[in-house]
Amino acid sequence: MQFMAILWQEYVLFKGKFWSVTTGSMIGPVLYLIVFGWGLGSGIKVGGGAYIDFVIPGIIALTTMNLSFGTVANDINIARLYSKTFEEFMVSPVSMLVYAAGKITASAFRGLYSAFIIVLLAIVFKAGLKLDFYFIMITLLNCFVFSALGFSVGLIINSHGDMAKFTNFIITPMSFLCGTFFPLDKMPVVLKEFIWILPLTQTSLALRNKGEDMQSMLLHPAILIVYLIIFLIIGVTICKKAE
Amino acid sequence: MIVFENLTKVYGTITAVDNLNFEIGKGEFFGLLGPNGAGKTTTIRMLNTLTAPTSGSILIDGRKMDRNVTEVKAKIGVVSQHLNLEGEMTAWQNLELHGFLYGLKKDIRRKRIEELLEFTGLSDRAKEMVRTFSGGMKRKLMIARALMHEPEILLMDEPTVGLDPAVRRKMWDLMKGLNKNGLTVVLTTHYIEEAEILCSRVGLMNSGKLIELDTPQKLIKKNGEFVLEYFENGETRSRFFNTRQEAIDSAAGMDGSVNIRPANLEDTFIKLTNRKVEN
Ligand SMILES: Nc1ncnc2c1ncn2[C@@H]1O[C@H](COP(=O)(O)OP(=O)(O)O)[C@@H](O)[C@H]1O
Ligand SMILES: [Mg+2]
Repeated sequence: MQFMAILWQEYVLFKGKFWSVTTGSMIGPVLYLIVFGWGLGSGIKVGGGAYIDFVIPGIIALTTMNLSFGTVANDINIARLYSKTFEEFMVSPVSMLVYAAGKITASAFRGLYSAFIIVLLAIVFKAGLKLDFYFIMITLLNCFVFSALGFSVGLIINSHGDMAKFTNFIITPMSFLCGTFFPLDKMPVVLKEFIWILPLTQTSLALRNKGEDMQSMLLHPAILIVYLIIFLIIGVTICKKAE
Repeated sequence: MIVFENLTKVYGTITAVDNLNFEIGKGEFFGLLGPNGAGKTTTIRMLNTLTAPTSGSILIDGRKMDRNVTEVKAKIGVVSQHLNLEGEMTAWQNLELHGFLYGLKKDIRRKRIEELLEFTGLSDRAKEMVRTFSGGMKRKLMIARALMHEPEILLMDEPTVGLDPAVRRKMWDLMKGLNKNGLTVVLTTHYIEEAEILCSRVGLMNSGKLIELDTPQKLIKKNGEFVLEYFENGETRSRFFNTRQEAIDSAAGMDGSVNIRPANLEDTFIKLTNRKVEN
């Protein structure tokens, strides 16, 4: 019931800015597709296929990360520091777990909505994209992992400026380096190991998995779930004290 | 019903609330008074779990409060000092969200929303975005929202700031009525007159400490029921006396204009808080 209340509010707010949200989520992916698909990418082959086919799962991974993370992180940050609407939830009889679950789910859906837009764009751009259950599940998992991270970060960070810093120093580098635009083996060895373990890399790898390697097909979502649980625990714990 | 045990809140070097120990009974209309920075808001925020005590605790109905004590939180209605409505939703939606969060069924929600919008005179603005409301309208909506789920305890931090006098009086009647029906009210206010009219008991805070705790009448009595006001060195001064005659006798030797009148809670309040500051 309370979970639904939180989702209902997010839905009302989303509906209110539907067009700005929709066009806003298209700009990034369209630019990536133009630059890396038509522009730079038209002559490049990766792993024997067209570059645009390679890059689309990467664009889905990074866009869902950015939106799932950014929506809830900024939302909570503003609700705590400016509009104070955070208080309405903190004084209400909603347990912190339910609050976290509601906020994280709503933001994950925002990420998923952007993935849906990219899939439509991919069809317009005539890129090859194989949508199956595994692909959708990994995308969804990626949305939840970064939404849970965004939830915690939105609670911890106490200024809008620091929020931008977190995005610049953590989220943006991940967008470009986690196997999104080029395969991981182009990286120096030391970095490669570190980048491999990052959640976005797991998503990129899993989204490109064509079903040949059962073990890694299970490993990627398992690692993502571990991240999700860790971020969720951190989020719920700090939410008990956050102001 | 509400018990404060050694309640303390420290912000860095500031002790915002300093070792409060007292109780508020069921059905009381309790006023927390004090100058700016006395620690009233911090006390209310600890009561509604918006901020955690540094040490000590608050018990409500025997339960030690924290954010996950949802059964007790469901019985509390909160009106914060600052506005905290969702500006991008309508008045109706703000109330609907609240009812939803407090687990009210749909038909009860709708009925309460209508009643409360009617009562606060916001019915014709129900479908407008709250960001377009005036400060006073937002205040009224916040009060309506706090009452949505028919709480047993109402915590209000300066709830009538920004309301025009007519509406403020209407709010007083509402609060009195609710209190008569058994609602426990804890109120902080700058308008001492408000506390004098409404509260069955007031606590006077200064620098985080509770310096007085009694009924308004007893506080006035204790500190002198008559005031003698006179003007000296560019300042209005007042002295307190137990009887009018004592005040008149004392005024006899003064030149310039003097004024003798019965003391009200505001006089007592100023006397007590000034004395503290001078120490
Ligand atoms: N979040 C905070 N951080 C630091 N100091 C605070 C904070 N909140 C309140 N204070 C300080 O605590 C004291 C009491 O404030 P407050 O409870 O708001 O007083 P009142 O509501 O009685 O005016 C003030 O000195 C105020 O500056
Ligand atoms: Mg205050």
